[in-house]
Amino acid sequence: MTHAQSAPASAMLSVHGLTVQYSGAGETSHPALLKVDFEIKRGEIVGILGESGSGKSTLALSILGLLPKSTGIAGTIRFKDKDLLLLNESGWRGIRGARIAMVFQEPGLALSPVMRVGDQIAEVLRAHRPGEGKQRRQQVVASLEDVGLVQVERIYKAYPHQLSGGELHRVAIAQALACRPDIVIADEPTRSVDGTRQAEILDLLRETNRKFGCALIFVTHDPALLAGFADRVILMYAGRIVEEGPVSQVFRRPLHPYTKGLLKLVPTALQSPGRPRGQRLPALPGSLSDSDHLSPGCIFASRCFARTDVCQSEPPGEVVPEQGRRVSCFNYGN
Amino acid sequence: MEIEETARGATTPALVRAVGLSKSYVQRAPFSQKRFVIDALVDVELEVAPASLTALVGESGSGKSTLARCLAMLEKPDGGETWFEGEEISRATDRDLALLRPKIQMVHQDSAGALNPWFTAAQIIAEPLDIQRRESGPMLRSRACELMEEVGLSANWAGRRPLEFSGGQRQRLAIARAIALKPAFLILDESLSGLDLSTQAQVLNLLLDLQKAHSLTYLLISHDLSLIGQVADSVAVMHRGRIVEHGTRQDIFTNPRHAHTRELLNSVRLVESSFRTAQAGGQQ
Amino acid sequence: MNYLERRVIHGMLLLVGVSVLCFAFGALAPGNFFDEMKLNPQISPATVAALRSQYGIDQPLPLRYGRWVRSVIRGEWGYSFAYNCPVRSLLMVRARNTLLLTTLATLLTWLIAIPLGVWTANRRGRWDDRMGMAGSALLLAVPELVVAMLLLYWVVRTHGLPVGGMVSVDFDVLGKQAKLIDLALHLVIPTTTLVLASLPLLVRHIRASVVEVLQAPFVQAARAHGIGGARLLFRYALPAAANPLSSLFGLSVGALLSSSLLVEVITAWPGLGPLLLEAAMARDIYVVVGAVMASAFFMIAGSILADILLVVADPRIRLGSL
Repeated sequence: MTHAQSAPASAMLSVHGLTVQYSGAGETSHPALLKVDFEIKRGEIVGILGESGSGKSTLALSILGLLPKSTGIAGTIRFKDKDLLLLNESGWRGIRGARIAMVFQEPGLALSPVMRVGDQIAEVLRAHRPGEGKQRRQQVVASLEDVGLVQVERIYKAYPHQLSGGELHRVAIAQALACRPDIVIADEPTRSVDGTRQAEILDLLRETNRKFGCALIFVTHDPALLAGFADRVILMYAGRIVEEGPVSQVFRRPLHPYTKGLLKLVPTALQSPGRPRGQRLPALPGSLSDSDHLSPGCIFASRCFARTDVCQSEPPGEVVPEQGRRVSCFNYGN
Repeated sequence: MEIEETARGATTPALVRAVGLSKSYVQRAPFSQKRFVIDALVDVELEVAPASLTALVGESGSGKSTLARCLAMLEKPDGGETWFEGEEISRATDRDLALLRPKIQMVHQDSAGALNPWFTAAQIIAEPLDIQRRESGPMLRSRACELMEEVGLSANWAGRRPLEFSGGQRQRLAIARAIALKPAFLILDESLSGLDLSTQAQVLNLLLDLQKAHSLTYLLISHDLSLIGQVADSVAVMHRGRIVEHGTRQDIFTNPRHAHTRELLNSVRLVESSFRTAQAGGQQ
Repeated sequence: MNYLERRVIHGMLLLVGVSVLCFAFGALAPGNFFDEMKLNPQISPATVAALRSQYGIDQPLPLRYGRWVRSVIRGEWGYSFAYNCPVRSLLMVRARNTLLLTTLATLLTWLIAIPLGVWTANRRGRWDDRMGMAGSALLLAVPELVVAMLLLYWVVRTHGLPVGGMVSVDFDVLGKQAKLIDLALHLVIPTTTLVLASLPLLVRHIRASVVEVLQAPFVQAARAHGIGGARLLFRYALPAAANPLSSLFGLSVGALLSSSLLVEVITAWPGLGPLLLEAAMARDIYVVVGAVMASAFFMIAGSILADILLVVADPRIRLGSL
């Protein structure tokens, strides 16, 4: 079980009405995030499930204040009684890496190629704990051991290009955990990663959540990764939250048509290896287009199999069909 | 289904056959005499049956891309032979290669990198036609638009540049370019990695449709066994430069023999089973 | 044979090539040293012819080249007609002076350009960056000739610094400390000119390299870990830009050398520049070849140094990437 279920529930991060609009040449005119509300409790593992263009990466970046300065941001992001959106740059620096940390998609690119890996972790410690110079090396070694790396001496002195992919992933996680943050955001850490290493990374993240009690926000496009891993899942589509609930409940009984369609896409190769050759795969019809953004109704309507007339004239409000679940759909569950 | 597959394997000769292929890379650090030798391919044997979808699966670093490049004649192997349509091509002269290249095409993983960002979509698709002198003038553009429609892209977008397309659309563009010369053999090197599940499904469906329409033979390279399990006819498993197992999809998935194959299948199994558990209780 | 050895051998071959070309072009240029003498009615044509054959100028070119190579091996580097001594003794002094000037100018330029380039890269698009870019464009547009003249004019008017030359007339009688001060004062004008001439382009290049590095994912990742400000710029961005900057260093050495020849002439700094100019005008062929070879040597050495810097600065090249 995850850490969350053994600790008292209290919202550590609470996002209200978050709307993000990128500005500048070449950017679209519709918002990347629209009125996003959700909460993260201490020690929870929350999955943010969505495809490219759903706004999930924008959400991750906005929690860390890493959006370009010209971006229009409205709403509040409360972290332990502080509104993060009111912070100035030095305020943000106190949060990033120390209280909220991020694990990037490709660790090989997220590390400086000309600095030793151990020094890079030491830099993070130095940025947040300036006084403890001498113990820093030991702390780095400890953080490398925490993520299961064995040849710590070699890895401390190595440059990124000298390490294998698996080692780099662990180093990236060690770097994020170095200051024992309250929340770790993992932005698609297993995209384009082999099956065996994928399992290792998920195990490692689960382990660290159990050991250190940090909440984990796991951003992904693949529902299969969240099963048996996350406590709750938040589904995003076109910058909006369309469904939310405990993972097992949402996967067992998805309410939103998009969720249903998405779950059907998960490959089941092992269950049906005798599938007739050449048979087409199930797929969601069409794709998100500009006309969807301009329509007054539900943004998913053009691709929805449960569409009715009301869906095209009004945007659906949020419904709470049962405790702990919510969905934005007129025809949910059908 | 299985009978049809094995029967096909037994009677029709392979379209592509690699025999004993090997390739090594040597690198040297600037100020020392130390040399790093990487054995990318070690005695590789592979057969691809015509009009089939053969999958090549393995972890990164197993040599899949090197094998792809050798089969696509983008690199010369150090040893071994490659046979295509019954003829040995590894010693082909440049002249022969020029005739051979239209028949073997490749679609890469990084569509943004594989397509010239300064060209428009129509120019990208028309380029091979132009170089091989299959079409000229206004026919070039109309043929390019036809191909765009065939892969599911609107011909109105012919004037757009690759970076204006989404990842999935770019892959469609790359596929359109690859089929422009009506190849017999298409190598897809991790072309579906990094795409969302729904985009992946759409692109796969497109590939299956194109295979039926043009009798294409595919070599699909991927590290994603779940993906392969959905569409492959036969599967070859690569590990550290060698082909460790090769069989029909049914064989590999239900009866893996090599330890590495079992290892790969285990991780897929874990993920799929937790998903199935979560879904248990029925849906809809 | 490793990388360094190969570069050195390559450099030596390059020098040989330069000497051949220099010789060839020198011979192709019309006239020779003794033409001046022909104009003098007091010297008979026979004397001129005898001098010419004595100095071997009437010999065919390959033979002269061979003799010159042997002279180089002996350490004389040919013979100067004007100064009536082996070229080597002239070259050594002048080359040392040029080296002093250009080394100092290179160091100063880079010491100023790096922080300036990093700073403007960080402030891209803001008002101080725009001002900096405009200023550098202005400076770039002004030829170093004009810069030197302006500085000299200002010095003449204010009598603050010596006007040209390397040392004062009474140098030899000065005490040790006074000698250093005297040298330093004389260095100000030529060094300032060279620095102002090379600064704008260098700053722009550094700025461009750093801007590119600042877009890299690892810089974004470092920001996400709470690293910011000067630390981010100088510990993360700048070292990653060392790769393109090292190549730039090799080029800047070459550019600086060429401009130094001109600046030396204007400010009467006794380096290779004035020597080369005089010798070229007087057709003192072996001095010309010697001076050109010295410049070429410095350039090649600078470029090899840049390559070494590259290997030292970039661990991916030093340790081999796999």
